[in-house]
Amino acid sequence: MTAAAAADSRATVDAVYRTESRRVLATLIRLLGDFDLAEEAMHEAFASAVEQWPREGVPANPRAWLVSAGRFRAIDTLRRRARFDASLADLASRIDADSQAAVDSDGVEDDRLRLIFTCCHPALAPEAQVALTLREVCGLTTEEIARAFLTTPSTLAQRIVRAKAKIKSAGIPYEVPSRAELPERLDSVLRVIYLVFNEGYAASSGTSVTRKELSGEAIRLGRLIAELLAEPEVLGLLGLMLLQESRRVARTSPAGELILLENQDRTLWNREQIAEGLALVQRAFASRRLGAFTLQAAIASVHAEAESAAQTDWWRIVGFYDVLAELEPSPVVALNRAVAVAMRDGPHAGLALIDAILADGDLAEYHLAHAARADLCRRMGSTAEARASYQRALALARQEPERQFLQRRLAELP
Amino acid sequence: MKYMLLIYMNEGAMNQAEREQCFGDSTKLCHDLAAQGKFIGAGPLHPVATATSVRIRNGQRLVTSGPFAETHEQLGGYYLIDAKDLDEAIAIAARVPPVSKGTVEIRPVFELAGLPTKT
Repeated sequence: MTAAAAADSRATVDAVYRTESRRVLATLIRLLGDFDLAEEAMHEAFASAVEQWPREGVPANPRAWLVSAGRFRAIDTLRRRARFDASLADLASRIDADSQAAVDSDGVEDDRLRLIFTCCHPALAPEAQVALTLREVCGLTTEEIARAFLTTPSTLAQRIVRAKAKIKSAGIPYEVPSRAELPERLDSVLRVIYLVFNEGYAASSGTSVTRKELSGEAIRLGRLIAELLAEPEVLGLLGLMLLQESRRVARTSPAGELILLENQDRTLWNREQIAEGLALVQRAFASRRLGAFTLQAAIASVHAEAESAAQTDWWRIVGFYDVLAELEPSPVVALNRAVAVAMRDGPHAGLALIDAILADGDLAEYHLAHAARADLCRRMGSTAEARASYQRALALARQEPERQFLQRRLAELP
Repeated sequence: MKYMLLIYMNEGAMNQAEREQCFGDSTKLCHDLAAQGKFIGAGPLHPVATATSVRIRNGQRLVTSGPFAETHEQLGGYYLIDAKDLDEAIAIAARVPPVSKGTVEIRPVFELAGLPTKT
């Protein structure tokens, strides 16, 4: 074989690694029943590919080859270790006895779903669900995940080790949940995905590069689930993420300052993402089973369709908030609804609602509630009240871009 | 896998009629589980006021009343079940009658080798 051909098949292995390694891992976890053993087996399978494919050519079905190779390597490993731990010999025989059919079966796509549902099992702590999903499903390294969440790689690695230990000792199954359990379990998966997305979208941590990657991973996860399990809320969440992502470039100035929706240059919005997002929202709506993600996506789609801030259809937005507040009542939803009402009926109407929400106490320490109140007072010309509320918001805000925004607003008051 | 379902609830959460209803429903659930080979044991506990604690410190046996921790919910009973996996254990825990008043904690049982087996 020529050097060029060798380099060629090496490039093939690399390409296959990028597209197939997570699928191979997901199937090996099912066959071997152990995350660590599967990960080790997958790496050994790719090592074998690097060695054999240049000599023997790339197999017709690389994924099946890799799963098969990984399975044999795992059986070998277990038999070698069985010299020290007899129970492993039984395990090796059991894996060996599982027919080859288990490897070839077309349940491979289901394995990726199994992996997601296991990583997002509600018996795992939410931060462990996020870490495990990014590590096992997305294939990010612990260093990459740690950087995105401003924690140390060792803390993050420990979180993942503990989560895997719980999967094993508590008997968390490697299954796509039954129809009856699906809504609750899917909820947990979608929450993890949206958390990853928001970590990438909000300006809370990490460099802008890692943030963008996280949002990209969340959208990729959303696409994967939408492809395998097209439940309305899955489509709603994917639509919501795409519609928010479409505004990424427009929402910060070159200096990194936050730009509010009403002041954004709408020509910068990504039209392709908007078109895809709108279509997904329509599909989710057609199911007539509305969930919180679909409703939030619907609200985002009204903004996406408005040619300018002034042309926004606030009647529809308030209508969606009404349904959302009924479906999933929360003080934050009430606050957003109040802002929409202010846009529809004028600042007085919104202010009355916000003051009632603040009086309830849940949002008394929430900077955005005070910032929203300040904004309405400013529009009404109540400068002193606006100043007091901006100052209260500034005292509570933690994130630098938001603090700068509030300081700018304070300085602009007459 | 073996799972212990530990039932925590406020001891005053049920009146006499509710308690009797709960015992009846629990007994029925245990029979259902036994018919599927998933039942190992179960039992409600007398109130915490009847508890006695024993410890040995420096070779000295100490017997005390209690413990009476100032918690809102107390351990009130248990089920020991054999389930396929955590999801099945969760499904069974959700059928335990006190689940609507208190909390059911699911703990996988560590399989200790060499214990006597029941014949």
